[in-house]
Amino acid sequence: MDTVIKTYELTKKFGHITAVNSINLEIYKGETLALLGPNGAGKTTFISMLSTLVKSTSGTATLCNIDINRDPLGVRKKIGIVFQEPSTDDLLTARENLYLHSMLYGLNKNEINKKIDEIMGIVGLYERKDDFVRTFSGGMRRRLEIARGLLHEPQVLFLDEPTLGLDPSSRKNIWQYIKYIKEKNKTTIILTTHYMEEADLLSDRIAIIDYGKIVALDTPNNLKNKLGRDIVILKGDISEEIKKLDFVLNVENIEHGCKITLKDINKNLKELINKAGSFEEIEIRRVSLEDVFFKFTGHKIEEGKENNGIFETIARYKTTGK
Amino acid sequence: MINYTAIYSLILREIKVFLREKERILSILISPLLFLFVIGRGVKAEVAIHNYTYQQFIFPGILAMVILFTSITYGLYIIWDKRLDFLKEVLVAPISRATLFWGKAIGGIFGSMIETIILILIGSIFIIKINLLQALLILISAIFISTMLISIGLAIGGKMKSMEGFGLVMSFLTWPMFFFSGALFEIKDTQHYLKIISMINPFTYCVDIMRKILINYSSFNIYLDIFMIFLWLIINSYIAIRIFGNLQQTK
Repeated sequence: MDTVIKTYELTKKFGHITAVNSINLEIYKGETLALLGPNGAGKTTFISMLSTLVKSTSGTATLCNIDINRDPLGVRKKIGIVFQEPSTDDLLTARENLYLHSMLYGLNKNEINKKIDEIMGIVGLYERKDDFVRTFSGGMRRRLEIARGLLHEPQVLFLDEPTLGLDPSSRKNIWQYIKYIKEKNKTTIILTTHYMEEADLLSDRIAIIDYGKIVALDTPNNLKNKLGRDIVILKGDISEEIKKLDFVLNVENIEHGCKITLKDINKNLKELINKAGSFEEIEIRRVSLEDVFFKFTGHKIEEGKENNGIFETIARYKTTGK
Repeated sequence: MINYTAIYSLILREIKVFLREKERILSILISPLLFLFVIGRGVKAEVAIHNYTYQQFIFPGILAMVILFTSITYGLYIIWDKRLDFLKEVLVAPISRATLFWGKAIGGIFGSMIETIILILIGSIFIIKINLLQALLILISAIFISTMLISIGLAIGGKMKSMEGFGLVMSFLTWPMFFFSGALFEIKDTQHYLKIISMINPFTYCVDIMRKILINYSSFNIYLDIFMIFLWLIINSYIAIRIFGNLQQTK
């Protein structure tokens, strides 16, 4: 597979706080990579460096073999980006926003209008193209921004929290467009999110980021398989015996009971229940991405509490958080 | 290095925004009109300078003042762009920062022009006879004066983090620039310290050139005026482009 982005020890420090901590990552052509992490984990800073909006403190990266530090203009020609906060011009119409964008990116003048019409059709805003952006809803703005990010046919599209603050139906709508783009244009998409289902649904690979480091990187399925396929939650007075069973991968104590991950549930559930002693409640479900996320970041955060003082934690949130 | 299509598109954006925010046109005219019709008329009886009434004498200075306020305010507005994240869209576009600067700077001239034309109309009706050649010369000077002043606004706006500093810049920079420019009095006849401060104030030469055009009277040699305006234009735009070069995403 061709590599589109490669980072080398990419680091960003704000004062003595490290937002992105020597990340080495390779992103392949045509894949969708989700950067999943809690607020302030360094997701936005990471893509801001790749899109040349923030200078790295140390380390570097290449995008389509162009060094982000040496030739930021070259990099900017190859990328499209949809920011976390709205960045369309309120005082202009949808069409004007796209028109200005086309001119900034030096698109062929004769093709601009045709292209705008086409892309507005794709994101379902064709009827509203001559309306002012300030009359648009949050979901419509996002769609317009995605359209704008795609107008110049970038090789890499960055989507920073594309569905943050949108209602469920708008979110589904946006997902649909992202999937469409992915299939039609084979654009490499890098997406940050803290919605598990979004990452699960859209991405080929997921990188879980915490404290500026990648703590896990794999396909959604492999990540889930690492935990085992199924989870059994038992409530009541559970015997310690179950920890000794060889098909039990992990036991986590929760309120009034424990959360057990295990292999081959069909075969082993009966034995588990026999050994568990007296329980009042049982819940069985598949491992979700959320479980994966908590496994990788949950214990990380606790570790951090011991190392850093409360003030450092606050400072970290102030500089990197929203 | 400079991308002309991009500059054109940035200018187009500024013109459209300016025309759609008509309140801005009016609000900037308020202080100059107060000076012109309250102080200008009020002080009229006591002083008359060089055969012109006080109101006529300060009219060129007020004309320059309109350009000053429009330009600095416009430049500082880039903080809004930062706040609203519109700037990011431009910062991430494949254009050099010099292109961005010139697009923004030239885009702002349009606003100054409209304000200047409005004031020329008001002036020619109520205050002083203005012929077509004079009007033309004023507009040509306004282009360069405005660019020079916008550069100051953009440089400061590029450095500033929030709109709270806006009032500070207005009270500590714009108003002093106006008062120390000889817009309201004759520099030659004034206190020594006023004279010195005025001479390092780029705006002094803008007022002087307007006065030369309108009432054929000036405190300095006209070539010195032109030289100083261009000198400050080069210095300011150089600084502003450097600051734009370092613009990064703040959040």
